[in-house]
Amino acid sequence: MIRFNLGYHVRQGLHGVASHGFMTVASIGIMASCLLIMGTFALLAVNLEYNLDALMEENEFLAYVDETYTDEQAAALESQIEAVGNVATCDYITRDEAWATYTEGLNDSSLYEDLPSSVLRGRFSITVNDLEQLQDTIDQVRQIEGIADISAALEVANGFVTLRNVTIIIALAMVIILVIVSLFIISNAIKLATSAREGEIAIMKMVGATNMFVRMPYVVEGVILGVGSSVVAYLAQWGLYQLLTEAVNVYSHVQLINIIPFEELRPMLMLAFGGIGLTVGVVGSVFTIRKFLRV
Amino acid sequence: MIQFNNVKKIYDSNLTEALYDISFVIEDGEFVFLVGPSGSGKSTILRLITAEERITSGGIFVGDYDLARIRRRQIPYLRRTLGVVYQDFRLIDNRTVRGNLEFAMRVVNSSGKLIRERIPYVLDLVGLAEKSECYPNELSGGEQQRVAIARALVNNPKTIIADEPTGNLDPERSYELMCLLEKINQLGTTMLVVTHERDLVNCFNKRVISIDQGRVISDMENGLYDYDTI
Repeated sequence: MIRFNLGYHVRQGLHGVASHGFMTVASIGIMASCLLIMGTFALLAVNLEYNLDALMEENEFLAYVDETYTDEQAAALESQIEAVGNVATCDYITRDEAWATYTEGLNDSSLYEDLPSSVLRGRFSITVNDLEQLQDTIDQVRQIEGIADISAALEVANGFVTLRNVTIIIALAMVIILVIVSLFIISNAIKLATSAREGEIAIMKMVGATNMFVRMPYVVEGVILGVGSSVVAYLAQWGLYQLLTEAVNVYSHVQLINIIPFEELRPMLMLAFGGIGLTVGVVGSVFTIRKFLRV
Repeated sequence: MIQFNNVKKIYDSNLTEALYDISFVIEDGEFVFLVGPSGSGKSTILRLITAEERITSGGIFVGDYDLARIRRRQIPYLRRTLGVVYQDFRLIDNRTVRGNLEFAMRVVNSSGKLIRERIPYVLDLVGLAEKSECYPNELSGGEQQRVAIARALVNNPKTIIADEPTGNLDPERSYELMCLLEKINQLGTTMLVVTHERDLVNCFNKRVISIDQGRVISDMENGLYDYDTI
C-alpha cells in the first residue's frame, strides 16, 4: 500500500513539475544561480583559507639573543621557547649562519670581509600555530631571560587574519542570504502550484485526505526542483572551477596562488549542494502548503 | 448517528453568535431535511459536523467521534465517514467523471482493485455509467451534481451531507436528484440535506429540522417546510 501511494505521489509531483514548465525552468535556473554564487564564495573561502594556512606556515618571527650570550648559551634557550604554547617550530641560527645569510644577499660582500660575524646576534626563527595569537606569543618569548629583542611583521600577520575572517564572514552571509532567496523561490513555485489546485486540495481535505497525503506531491515537486537545481549548479560550478584553475595556472607561473584540485572538493560540494537543494525543496514546499491545509 | 447537545457557536473573528443551544439527534439510516432562511445557522451546523469549525460549548457526536475533543489528526478519519455534496458541485474540471471519483478514492488510500470495482457500481447507481469518460464541462448541471453525489458516495460513507444540492438545478432535475438521494438513503446511508426548496421538502414527507436565528424552531417527522409560518 505504501509503495502504491509513493508511486502515486511521485507521479503527481512529476505531473506538477511538467505542467508548470516555464516556472519549473525559471525556478531551477534561479535556484541553481543562487547555489552557484553560494558555492563560488564557499570555494573562494576554502581556497583562501588554504593559501593563508600556507602563508601562515611561512610567517616566522625572529627572537634575538642577548649579545653577551655564547652560541652554546643561546642554544640552551630553545627548550624554553618551545615550551611557549603557540610555538610550532623554533630553529636557532648562530651568528656565523646569520652572517653568511646576510652577506649572501649583498651585491658586493667584499666590503664586509673584515667584519667579524659577532656584529650580528644569534637568533631564533620561530613559527606559530595560530597567527591570531602571534602578539601573545611574542610577549611570552620576549619575557624569556636572554631574549634581547623581537622582530615580527605583525601588521602582515594581522592582515592575513583579518582577510581570512572577513572572507569567512562574507561567505557565511552569502550562504545564509542565498538559502533564504532559494527558499523564497521554491516557496513561490509551490505557491503557484497550490494556488492552481486550491480547489483540489479542498476536495481532498473534505473527502478525508490526511495532511501528509495532501503535502506529499508538493514535497516531491519541491525535492525535484531543489535537487534539479543542485545538479545544474554542481555541473556549472565544476566547469567554472576548471576554467578558473586553468587561468590561474597560466597567469601564476611563480605559484603565488595554490588552487585546491576540484577532485578534492567534489565530495564536499556534492554533499553541500545536494543537502541544501533537498532541504530547501522540502522545507520550502512544506512551509508553503501549510496554509492550504487549514480546512 | 449525529448528536447535537446544547451546541453554542460563536465565531471568534467577529464574535457573531451563530448557534444558540442547538440539540437534535439524527439516527443511522434517517433522511433529514435541514431548512431555514439565509444566515439562520444551517451552514454552521454542517461546518461543525465536518469539523471545519469547533463548537464554543455543548457537545457534538458524529459516529464514534466526539467533536468537542477530536484531535486534528483524527479529522480526516471523521470525514471519511461523511460524504459531502455542495451546491456548486466542486468537481475537478481537468479530470473525467471516472477521474473525479478515482481521485476521491486515492485520497483515502483505496487499492487499485477496489477503485476498479467500486467506480462502475457507484456510477451505475447515479445513472452515469455511460458518462464515465466525460469531463464535467461536457455534462449538464444535473449530471454534474450526480457526479458530485457519486464522489460523496464512492468511499462508502455512513452519512451524506448535501448543502443546497439542488440550488443550481431546475425543478425537474431537482426532483430527480432528491429521488436519487432517497434511493441512496434506502440503501442504508444516513442523509442530511440542507435546502431552501419548499416544494421539494413538502413533497418527500421526511423529517424536517427548521432553524432560525441559530435556534431549532421545529423538528418534525414527516414535516413540512414551515419555518416562516411558525
